[in-house]
Amino acid sequence: MAQNSYDAIIVGSGAGGGMATYQLANAGLKVALVEAGDFYDPADEKQRTQLRFPWESPRRGASTQRRPFGDFNACIGGWELDDEPFTTTEGTEFMWWRARMLGGRTNHWGRISLRFGPLDFKRKDSDGLGHNWPIGYDDIKPYYDKVDKLIGVFGSNEGLYNDPDGFFLPAPKPRLHELYYIDGARKLGIPVIPARKSILTKRINDKRGVCFYCNQCDRACSIHADFSSSTSLIFPALNGGRVDLYTNSMVTEVMTDETGKATGVLFVNKKDRSFNSLHAKVVVLAASACSSARILLNSTSEQHPQGLGNSSGNVGRYLHDSTGASRAAFLPELMDREIYNEDGVGGMHVYTPWWLENSNLDFPRGYHLEIGGGMRMPSYGFGFAVNQYNEFLGKRVGGYGEQLRDDIRRFFGARLSIACRGESIAQFDNYCELDPTEVDEWGMPVLRFNYQWTQNEISQARHMQDTMEALLESSGGIPLGDKPGIEDNFGLTKPGEIIHEVGTTRMGNERSTSVTNEFCQLHDASNVFIADAGPFVSQADKNPTWTILALAWRTSDYIVDQMSKRNI
Amino acid sequence: MNRRETLKALLLASASSGLIATTGCTANRNPSDAGKRITWTSLDSNYSYGRTAVEQIHDENLLQQSYFNDHELVTIAILCDVILPAENPNGGALDAGVPDFVEFIAKERENFKLPLRGGIMWLDNHSTENYGANFVSITESQRIEICDAIAYPEVQDANLQPGIRFFSLMRDLTLTGYYTTELGFKDLKYEGNTPNVWDGVPETVLRRHGKQYDDKWLSKCVDQSRREIPAEWDDDMKLIT
Repeated sequence: MAQNSYDAIIVGSGAGGGMATYQLANAGLKVALVEAGDFYDPADEKQRTQLRFPWESPRRGASTQRRPFGDFNACIGGWELDDEPFTTTEGTEFMWWRARMLGGRTNHWGRISLRFGPLDFKRKDSDGLGHNWPIGYDDIKPYYDKVDKLIGVFGSNEGLYNDPDGFFLPAPKPRLHELYYIDGARKLGIPVIPARKSILTKRINDKRGVCFYCNQCDRACSIHADFSSSTSLIFPALNGGRVDLYTNSMVTEVMTDETGKATGVLFVNKKDRSFNSLHAKVVVLAASACSSARILLNSTSEQHPQGLGNSSGNVGRYLHDSTGASRAAFLPELMDREIYNEDGVGGMHVYTPWWLENSNLDFPRGYHLEIGGGMRMPSYGFGFAVNQYNEFLGKRVGGYGEQLRDDIRRFFGARLSIACRGESIAQFDNYCELDPTEVDEWGMPVLRFNYQWTQNEISQARHMQDTMEALLESSGGIPLGDKPGIEDNFGLTKPGEIIHEVGTTRMGNERSTSVTNEFCQLHDASNVFIADAGPFVSQADKNPTWTILALAWRTSDYIVDQMSKRNI
Repeated sequence: MNRRETLKALLLASASSGLIATTGCTANRNPSDAGKRITWTSLDSNYSYGRTAVEQIHDENLLQQSYFNDHELVTIAILCDVILPAENPNGGALDAGVPDFVEFIAKERENFKLPLRGGIMWLDNHSTENYGANFVSITESQRIEICDAIAYPEVQDANLQPGIRFFSLMRDLTLTGYYTTELGFKDLKYEGNTPNVWDGVPETVLRRHGKQYDDKWLSKCVDQSRREIPAEWDDDMKLIT
């Protein structure tokens, strides 16, 4: 075998690429993993941001262009990459997050790990909108089960039909503000259950540690106690010796032969700006829904004049992101509270799954609620509008001097917030495409986005606002700020802002209306597969990572099976 | 004279004397022989916290630059000291090096530059109109009169609005700058950011808030005495270890 020749090339090292690498390498394949960013290991002291104090940063954790979620956040990349711009059509406000590092976006996500339920794969059956998946829950359930055990996820078995049970680790106990939320939700008859997150509250193997409750999963875990693609999948795969890792390597094209099948990939070495190629029997794109679509569209040839896999014209189409809205409240009962360590795991310990299935609502699909608050470590922004809650206590806002110290302590942790994440309907007219004229620093055409929410999503956001207000008040809170109204789409986030882009290479049984088959295999090239969220037909109100992982595992099994049968 | 006393002397200084800043970390800001100095703890200029090479260069460039002139820095320092005075066991804004922090943030954030620089100019104009000299050169009681006028956002006086906005920004930055230091953590009595085994809200706190964990919920929660025992499940998805 030539040095740059492999059984499989995997493009992108996030959740899907990590799982494909792990599975294919374990099956005995020689794998090249190609990542556009640098090597990253949170256990490396030089890269560690976990457990650092705010004064270790000159900006005290404030956001930067390269780390928009704060400069201790593990994810290197962001909304604006100097070397990789993107464009939008007039009137589109799309936001596009890219991670450029080993592990991709699994380095900063909330670790919220929700299975799609049986209804989520067949939504057209219930509301007539969008399309059904060609597979159902039973097809993917065995893989969800295996992902639970391999990677670890805490949660609880509740017997909810569309929020299926799993092989859960035990959940952390609720924090104080979460107990207020639980009581508030129960008063309204709204369910609340333990969160489901891929954080190890209990040992699963001798390689990864057990959570030490610093609440900093977004800084990536130095003992690998939360799931990142790098720490949980790629490092074990690298140790197996069958994987060559190419970092700072930006894939621009999939090469094909005269039969239309892939022969390998072209990439730019970002360190020396050289063009290089790798060859393989199988190419797996896992660069993220939009980046994989971009590579396909840029891979034109005589056999694939519209771009690889794009004979249907569907590559880049049906792009959709989760809806989102949020609200916070002042919780007077938590004023002057006793101060203790309530860091807990990264993010919420409790959440509310969608509870109004089959209700008569003026919007389709649903959303879940994520709960925030507590005595978070001070960082940049702490103390801003220090005593704004005085407004509710009949006291004067503002001032200076020693009284501010009392205000700081009085209001520390006296806050409850809710964020909603909902399902939007995939639209043919929401898409990304290659910009006809603009290229990035690596000479590759950039993506141009066209995306508008519909009335469905706006109506859903209105319902979110009503729900959040009721829950915050029922929990004893005083909602802050003005309730967003119709003039600002009820606080609906911008498309892309929730970083759950899916659908750009959707799966289906019809070649004319889909890009891949149910095994995420291109209809147009049998040895090219997609292992990110591109093949999602619809996204549910669930965060996509657990489904990306399950699908990537299923796809990997199929690749191994097809190779053994010499079908590819 | 120790540092704290210098500061007091400064704040009582007569209107005619100029004030010179020393940050201790910039060679071009040597104190003059006037002897009237406002001092503050200077912040470290070496940071190492998991930066990429690109970030490291960005930060080093910023740290080497100056944005404010001495007069502006002294004005900022005086305001920092009004907002969080030093007369506290946990020190004040100057002890925590807040003026350096404010300058760093202004250097990085374009949207702070004009409001801070312009705010200082507004303050000096206002001070000159009412008391005949720049803010740093009037008496402490005159400075307090001005702060009393601009420290409360509810005040409707149209002429004061720019000052109120500026003071609010200075209050935000001063508090953030202080409470993100070790002194601030001590002042807050913050506990956290350290490895531990979370096992719920302390019983005394639960009682004080009239809350309790119900048994059904607790049955889903981690038994911390078994956290190191590897997880195993039966075929019904029930955790058996």
